[in-house]
Amino acid sequence: MKNFDYVRPKTIREAVSAAAGPGAVYLASGTNLLDLMKGGVTKPNRLVDITHLPGLDQVEGLPDGGVRIGALVRNADLAHDRDFAKRFPAVAEALLSGASAQLRNAATIGGNLMQRVRCAYFYDPASACNKRAPGSGCDARGGDNRLHAILGWSESCIATHPSDLCVALVALDAVVEIEGSAGRREIPLETFHRLPGDSPDRETVLEPGEMIVAVRLPSEAVQFAAHARYLKVRDRTSYAFAVVSAAAALRIEANVIAEARIAMGGVALKPWRARAAEQILIGARPSTARFTNAAATALADAKPSGDNAFKIELARRVVARALAAAVAGTPERTPALPGSPFAAVSGALAHV
Amino acid sequence: MSEIALSQTPIHLRHGSNIGQPLTRRDGVLKVTGAAPYAADQHPSGMLYAVLAVSSISRGRVAHLDVASAKAHPGVVEVITPANRPALAQDPDEKSHPFMFRLDLLQNDRVRYAGQPIAIVVAETLEAATEGAALLEPRYEIEPARVGLDVGESFAPQAVGPGFPPAAHRGDVDAELVAAKKTITQTYETAAQYHNPMEPHAIVAAWDGDTLSIDTPSQGMAMAQGRLAGIFGISPDKIHIRSPFLGGGFGCKGLIAGPQVLGVIAARAVGRPVKLVLRRDQMFGPVGHRGPTQQTLRLGTDSEGALLALDHHTKTMSSTYDDFFEPASTVSQTLYASSAVATSHEGVRADIGTPIFMRAPGEAPGSIALESAIDEMAEACGMDPLTFRLKNYAEVEPISGKPFSSKALRECYRQGAERFGWERRPLAPRQMRDRDGFLVGWGMGTATFPAHMFAAQAKAILRRDGSGIMEIGAHDMGQGAWTALAQIAADGLGLDLDQLEFRSGTSDLPDAGIAGGSAHTATAGVAIHNAGADAIARLADLATNDERSPLFGAGNAGVIAREGRLFRRDDPSRGESYADILGRAGLAQIEGHGAGGDPNMHAESDYAKHAHGAVFVEVKVDPDLGQMRATRVVGAFAAGRIINPRLALSQLYGGMIWGVSFALHEQAVVDPRSGRTMNANFAEYHVPVNADVPSVDAILVEESDAHVNVLGIKGVGEIGITGTAGAVANAVWHATGIRVRKFPIALDRLLAQ
Repeated sequence: MKNFDYVRPKTIREAVSAAAGPGAVYLASGTNLLDLMKGGVTKPNRLVDITHLPGLDQVEGLPDGGVRIGALVRNADLAHDRDFAKRFPAVAEALLSGASAQLRNAATIGGNLMQRVRCAYFYDPASACNKRAPGSGCDARGGDNRLHAILGWSESCIATHPSDLCVALVALDAVVEIEGSAGRREIPLETFHRLPGDSPDRETVLEPGEMIVAVRLPSEAVQFAAHARYLKVRDRTSYAFAVVSAAAALRIEANVIAEARIAMGGVALKPWRARAAEQILIGARPSTARFTNAAATALADAKPSGDNAFKIELARRVVARALAAAVAGTPERTPALPGSPFAAVSGALAHV
Repeated sequence: MSEIALSQTPIHLRHGSNIGQPLTRRDGVLKVTGAAPYAADQHPSGMLYAVLAVSSISRGRVAHLDVASAKAHPGVVEVITPANRPALAQDPDEKSHPFMFRLDLLQNDRVRYAGQPIAIVVAETLEAATEGAALLEPRYEIEPARVGLDVGESFAPQAVGPGFPPAAHRGDVDAELVAAKKTITQTYETAAQYHNPMEPHAIVAAWDGDTLSIDTPSQGMAMAQGRLAGIFGISPDKIHIRSPFLGGGFGCKGLIAGPQVLGVIAARAVGRPVKLVLRRDQMFGPVGHRGPTQQTLRLGTDSEGALLALDHHTKTMSSTYDDFFEPASTVSQTLYASSAVATSHEGVRADIGTPIFMRAPGEAPGSIALESAIDEMAEACGMDPLTFRLKNYAEVEPISGKPFSSKALRECYRQGAERFGWERRPLAPRQMRDRDGFLVGWGMGTATFPAHMFAAQAKAILRRDGSGIMEIGAHDMGQGAWTALAQIAADGLGLDLDQLEFRSGTSDLPDAGIAGGSAHTATAGVAIHNAGADAIARLADLATNDERSPLFGAGNAGVIAREGRLFRRDDPSRGESYADILGRAGLAQIEGHGAGGDPNMHAESDYAKHAHGAVFVEVKVDPDLGQMRATRVVGAFAAGRIINPRLALSQLYGGMIWGVSFALHEQAVVDPRSGRTMNANFAEYHVPVNADVPSVDAILVEESDAHVNVLGIKGVGEIGITGTAGAVANAVWHATGIRVRKFPIALDRLLAQ
């Protein structure tokens, strides 16, 4: 592959400074980045290895009851943190529904936010892709686009964001802590990823050199713990990206929905929060009819970007099912097939 | 001489007869500790790395390569293109027999498929070679890609598969269809698939003058020697191939592939040893694949559900420059009795690499279509699918009228159905739900695969110390040849396994034939058996003609060999050890030679020879979301004598899992504009993961066959795919009431309602 500089800063400040120049990227575990480099999809000049920075691999309880997850916390470590999983079960389930055990052992929370789309045309340097080569066009239009976006897409890009974790985090109002040359700032994760518009090459709101240092879940998110699920429809039972997924979290008081959170994955270039659908549920008693209504609202603006109209109806059903699963209650332990429709399977066949 | 020695003996060593024992793999410890030497593990002194640059277009010519930039990259030693590729003794486009496939060896600047090698970059490091290949930045004169089965005019191929007739018939299917009380006509589509063994094609090649030494995975070392000898104009005996272990083959390592030859070319060009390993994405193009098919079946029955007509027509695809047509219709010639049977094929040509044998070529896609159609016919007749299959059970091979050499298929149906619980199956679809609300469906399929035999030789040696050696250049693709063939060898020489040295896996040993067609154990095994018998006969000659021997006068036929001793058959108390016989004769050792394969293999056999099986599958389908899973797979197989039940079961499990893959997962997604495969990686080219196959169960049904070969072996390598794929499809229908005829079955298709 192309030669590049490799630097290993000792402090966050050094890292931010080292990554400020053009062509510099942060390297955490590299589960996505190194594949992209080997395939000639991205050709950075400089890798800033942040894996040796101190203090970024901690899961800390906050005084107000929220949690702060360091950017270098491993996916598997967070999902298997029993206290965390008890308080944020949909996040743990989303994490465990993604990738394979080997990848989850390596991949980091910060890296998860930064993973690139799985669009085959983005990965194929011989194809036109406005994200990889701005202005070159979009070969996914008119190509293999069965799994592409149904919400928020533009003529310039129809890819979807592949993360499971981010879907659950967005549903729970997670906040991203960012360090840059101008100091630290924080923004809601919901606004972290950009829709494609005319510049799909700009994927997040990060400025050059800015680095994710942590993701925070607010104390309010804990209140959903009893009714929070992640549901992910896939083309195979495990180790596959979502066709459509949804996180659903409810706060139920006296059999009435006091608060609702819905976010969808695999439908847009960012985790898609369905706020209007949430509003429909508030104050209602849980019912299939109400969930169907909310699901329809969540997909009200959806339109196919290619050979993927089926995903609109599928997404409605996934949202409704995720809500039903949330009402039924968070299971005592994360299911053996996390996030799977088959997570409900009773008996011995559910092993992974 | 073999340079690979296995120190491990099986964990469950058992004395006496070795055949039939479920021994663990003798090479198991080597493999799980990483000590088994695969080709890419080799690193001879002075070795360079070669990386291929491959075409991103499907048709046209390479107009420019930036060779200067590549050569200027630090570490790059040489860039080989059509302009400077060393001359070859043979045109890579020459085809003098059907098993000689045209190769892309940089013979010109033409591009005929995406992924075709267009240059080799050789460098001191893998990284430098990789970057050198990227720096070539090819420019092309692009011609429109011709993609898909609907491209161009179709034609009748001269032959399908490995030289089979493209069409055959018995009776008049059109007339029978007119006479039939019930008929169905349906078309089924299967996708292009790529073999993708875990170990990609890899080669380490070193020249010493005109002597060539290579490490490369091969399912057929002798054929590879012959091919390389022709290409480089040297004698086959100047080529030494080491292939002790393959990380899977599945047919794509049966004949040496273009990229392997390019590794040899690179070594010749730079005058140093060279290693060339394909990247995963480079496995999609120059090393073969299974062509897509579109199969139309027309079936008709009388009022009782007896088949009157079975017509199976396949449209499939080869490359623009060579011939391999997936012989999918052929499976319908052997399985179900019908008054009239017809099979036929048509071909189209597209801008793809040439397809090649891929595990159960023909039978795999043919079976999913045939078993789906049989299920649809049973449904039309209102009959249980098993009852319908039994009703149309073939007592003789339908197309030839020949008797079967053996056929325990009824017993497979019975044992499989019983283990699965088939009798509780409701006839109508969409009747069963589990307690979580998932739709449950049960489907079945009949498995079949021919029992082939190829030619092979083996050499046996008995030594004065009482031990033995068996030599045969056999191929262990992971199926367990190191173990199963050693079991046959031990019995053939009348030795315990720990008294036997089994030498294998290199081309200087006797030719074991190609490890394909599920025939390797039978072919190599018979050669081994005969070599052992020959050595024993010579030993017995010594003893029975020596009046000092307790066996004197017994005659060859009156002696049996067991545990390193010869005994009189009529008086087992009279015998002596091999060591004593050889010692008295003053011989250090005695040799025997044997051939495998039917000596009349090219003559017409009196029997139809096939393995059979019955596969029963349960699927669960989410009624709203369409996601599906094969929750239970039970197969019962009759394949003649089983040498090692543990290894045979593993083969059958693997085959059945491939069947699940065929029905639900596997497909190359080709962009219709560029002709490029867009999912050339293991994240998006799906095969089942463990969670997709939670319960796979196989039954070995006893079957004795006196005709297939002296050992009665039929082979188990490929049959598991057949039957299973159709059973999965039929179970999806039974669960949902939706008949999907395009494979793999996508959840999109189950979202209706």
